[in-house]
Amino acid sequence: MKSHTLSVLVENRAGVLSRVAGMFSRRGFNIESLAVGTCEEPNMSRITIVVNGDDVQIEQVMKQANKLIEVIKVSDITERESVDRELALIKVAAEPGTSRAEIMQIADIFRAQIVDVGTKTLLLQVVGNTSKIDALETLLRQYGIKELVRTGKIAMLRGSKTVKSAK
Amino acid sequence: MKTGAKILIEALQREGVDTIFGYPGGSVLPIYDELYDSSIRHILVRHEQAAAHAADGYARASGRVGVCLATSGPGACNLVTGIATAYMDSVPVVALTGQVPTGMLGNDAFQESDITGITMPVTKHNYLVKNGADLAGVIREAFYVAGTGRPGPVLVDLPKDVTTNQVTAERPLPPEICLRGYQPTYQGHVRQIDKALSLIAEAARPVIYAGGGVVLSNASAELVAFAERAAIPVTTTLMGLGCVPCDHPLNLGMLGMHGTPAANYAITECDLLLAVGVRFDDRVTGKIEAFAPNATIVHIDIDPAEIGKNKPVDVPIVGDVRMVLQAMLERMQKHGETNGWRTRVADWKKRYPIGFPDDDNLRPQYIIRQLSDILKGEGIVVSEVGQNQMWTALHYCFTKPRTWLTSGGLGTMGYGFPAAIGAHYARPDMPVVDIAGDGSFQMNIQELGTVAQYDIPVKVVVLNNMYLGMVRQWQELFYDRRYSYTELPPVDFVKIAQAYGIDGIRVEEKEAVREALETALTTDGPFVLDFRIEREENVFPMAPAGAAINEMIGVHRK
Ligand SMILES: Cc1ncc(C[n+]2csc(CCOP(=O)(O)OP(=O)(O)O)c2C)c(N)n1
Repeated sequence: MKSHTLSVLVENRAGVLSRVAGMFSRRGFNIESLAVGTCEEPNMSRITIVVNGDDVQIEQVMKQANKLIEVIKVSDITERESVDRELALIKVAAEPGTSRAEIMQIADIFRAQIVDVGTKTLLLQVVGNTSKIDALETLLRQYGIKELVRTGKIAMLRGSKTVKSAK
Repeated sequence: MKTGAKILIEALQREGVDTIFGYPGGSVLPIYDELYDSSIRHILVRHEQAAAHAADGYARASGRVGVCLATSGPGACNLVTGIATAYMDSVPVVALTGQVPTGMLGNDAFQESDITGITMPVTKHNYLVKNGADLAGVIREAFYVAGTGRPGPVLVDLPKDVTTNQVTAERPLPPEICLRGYQPTYQGHVRQIDKALSLIAEAARPVIYAGGGVVLSNASAELVAFAERAAIPVTTTLMGLGCVPCDHPLNLGMLGMHGTPAANYAITECDLLLAVGVRFDDRVTGKIEAFAPNATIVHIDIDPAEIGKNKPVDVPIVGDVRMVLQAMLERMQKHGETNGWRTRVADWKKRYPIGFPDDDNLRPQYIIRQLSDILKGEGIVVSEVGQNQMWTALHYCFTKPRTWLTSGGLGTMGYGFPAAIGAHYARPDMPVVDIAGDGSFQMNIQELGTVAQYDIPVKVVVLNNMYLGMVRQWQELFYDRRYSYTELPPVDFVKIAQAYGIDGIRVEEKEAVREALETALTTDGPFVLDFRIEREENVFPMAPAGAAINEMIGVHRK
C-alpha cells in the first residue's frame, strides 16, 4: 500500500467532480487529498487525487475512472519526475511575548509568509510539498494551532512532458 | 418553434423507438400530451419498476435499446431497482424521468428527487437537461452511450419547463457522435490475439468460459465456430446460456455455484482458460484461488476494467467479443490435439448428468423439462430469482441467444414478469413464458393488470412451493432447518388471475403438467399456471458459498 498521485483530466461540467469522487468512495478507495480547478483548456478541468492502494487496486481504480464518460484521461504520475505543491493556511496562537518571535523565525525558515497578524494569533501561508507542510505543522503544534486549511496536492510533470488528452 | 416535448418525441423517433413503457405524472404531462398522437406505442404499466424491467426485457430480447418513462420524485425512484438490474447485466436502456422545473431544482419542491445523484452508481451515464436546445443532442448521445461499448442504462432527467417551453434555436445534430472521454475499443490487439492462439494450440486441457458478453455482442455463431475448429469444450455462465446450443456435444452446461459437475471439474483441471465476455463473478468462481488454479488465462472483454479485476490474467484482449473471435478464426493456424481431454470431459458429462428423482411427485424440474420439450427452443423464457431461476437454467434446453432473460448480476425478484412483457413487444412472433416462484411473482404481480389491459400473451408458470424457496434451501442446509420468515401462506394464483380477467389453471399432479402447459401456450392472451410443487425440493448440485466449485454437494450419478 502506498500513496499514488493521479492526475485526472475531465470535462468541465456540472456534476463531474461528484461522479469522480463518488466512484472512488463507492469502490472503497480512501481519498487522501483531492484538488480540482480549471486548466489550460477552458472546457476541461484537472483533478489531482492522492489515493492509497497497492498496484492492483490503483490499476483497477484508474480503469474504473476511465470508464466515466466525462473523464478524458487518467495518469498515475507517482513514479514520474514531477513537481507537486500544496498550499496551507495556518492560524497559530501567538500571545504577545516571546512565542511570536519564535513563530516568525520558524516561518522564515520554511519560507512561509505571515499574511495576517491578530492580537492573539498569526496567520501563516505556506507553499510546498506535502512533507514540508507536515513538518511545519508539527513544529507549530506546540504553540497551538487554532485553525488549519490545506488545498490538497496539485502536481505537474517536469520538462516538456504533459498529461493531456490524446486528441 | 416546437416545445421541448415535441423535440423529445421526434428525437426518440429518430432513434427508431417504437415502444415505451411508462407511467404518467405531473411533471411528464407535456411528454404524455405529445405521446398521445405520436406513432410511438406507450404501454401503461402498474408500477414504474415494471416499466424499467420491461424496457430491459425488450432490450435483451431484441438487442436494441429499451425505453422507459416515469414522472419525477416517486416515479423516478421506483425505476431505480430496474435500472440497477440493467446496469449489473449490461443492458442498454434509456430511462426518461420528469423533473421539477429548473427554477425549483434543489428546493425540495413537491415530487422532487435528485435522480441523477441517486442513479449515478447504477447508470453508465446520466444527464440533467437544463435547456431545450440541448434536448435532441442529449437524446442522441444517450442512445449512443447506452448501446455502444459495454452497454448499460442511461438516464435522462427532464425538468418540466424544458419540455413545456418553446425552443427558439434548435441546435443542428452533429453528423456523428464523438465523445473524447468515451472511445470504446472494438478491434482486439493482433499481437495479443496471436499470443492467445499459440497458447490455445499448445494447451492440453483447454476450456472456454463464455458469458453474457457473447450474447450482448451477438457473437454466438463465432463462438460456436471457434470452439468447433479448436475442439474446445465450452461452459457458459447463467448469462451466457443459449449462446451455445444446450445439446451441442462440446457444451458442458453452466458453471459455478449451481453449475454442472462436468463444467466445474473441467474448469478446475484445465490448463488454459479462454474467458469470453465474462466477469469472474463470485457466484461463478466460488473460492477464487481454487478457480482454474492451473490455467493460463486469456480474457476477451470490451471493458478493460473487467480484465484482471478478480483474477490475474495472462493474456488480456480488449475488444468486442464478436470482432475478436472473428479475427481469431481468421488467424488460426492449426488446432490443438485435445482428444484425451475431450474424452475425459465427455465422460464427466455422461457420468454426472443433471438429474432429479423420477417419481410421481410434482417436481419443478419435470415441469421445466416438459416446457422445454414443447417449445423446442422456439420461445423466450424469462425467470424470476431463486430456485425457479436455477432449475430453469439447469433443466431447460436453450438453443439460441436472446431467448433466456434473467436477472443475473443483481438477482432481482420481480424481474421476470415485467421483463416478459418487454420481451413480447421485442419479439411478438415468439411465445414468452415467465417461470416464477410464488415469492417473486408477488413482487410485481400487479402487472397482471397490464397484460390484461393490452392482452399481452405472456404465460406465467408459477412453481408454487409456498416458501421463499432458495432462502429456505440455505436455511435447510446451513441454518439447521430454522425456517425464519421464509414460509408463505398459500395463494390461489388462479383466482388472482381471474380477478384481472385472466385465465389460469392450478396443477397438483404430474400427469396434468403436459396438458396444462399446452393449454396455456395455445390459449390466446395471458395465462397463469399455478403448479403446487414439492415444497422442499432443492437445487442440486450446489457448491456452498466460499467453497471451491468442484466441491459440490448433491451430485447426481449415473
Ligand atoms: C428483491 C429481492 N429481495 C430479496 C431477495 C433475496 N432472495 C433471493 S431468492 C429468494 C426467494 C425466492 O423465492 P420465490 O420467488 O418463491 O422462488 P423459489 O426460490 O421458491 O423458486 C429471496 C427472498 C432477492 N433476490 N430479491
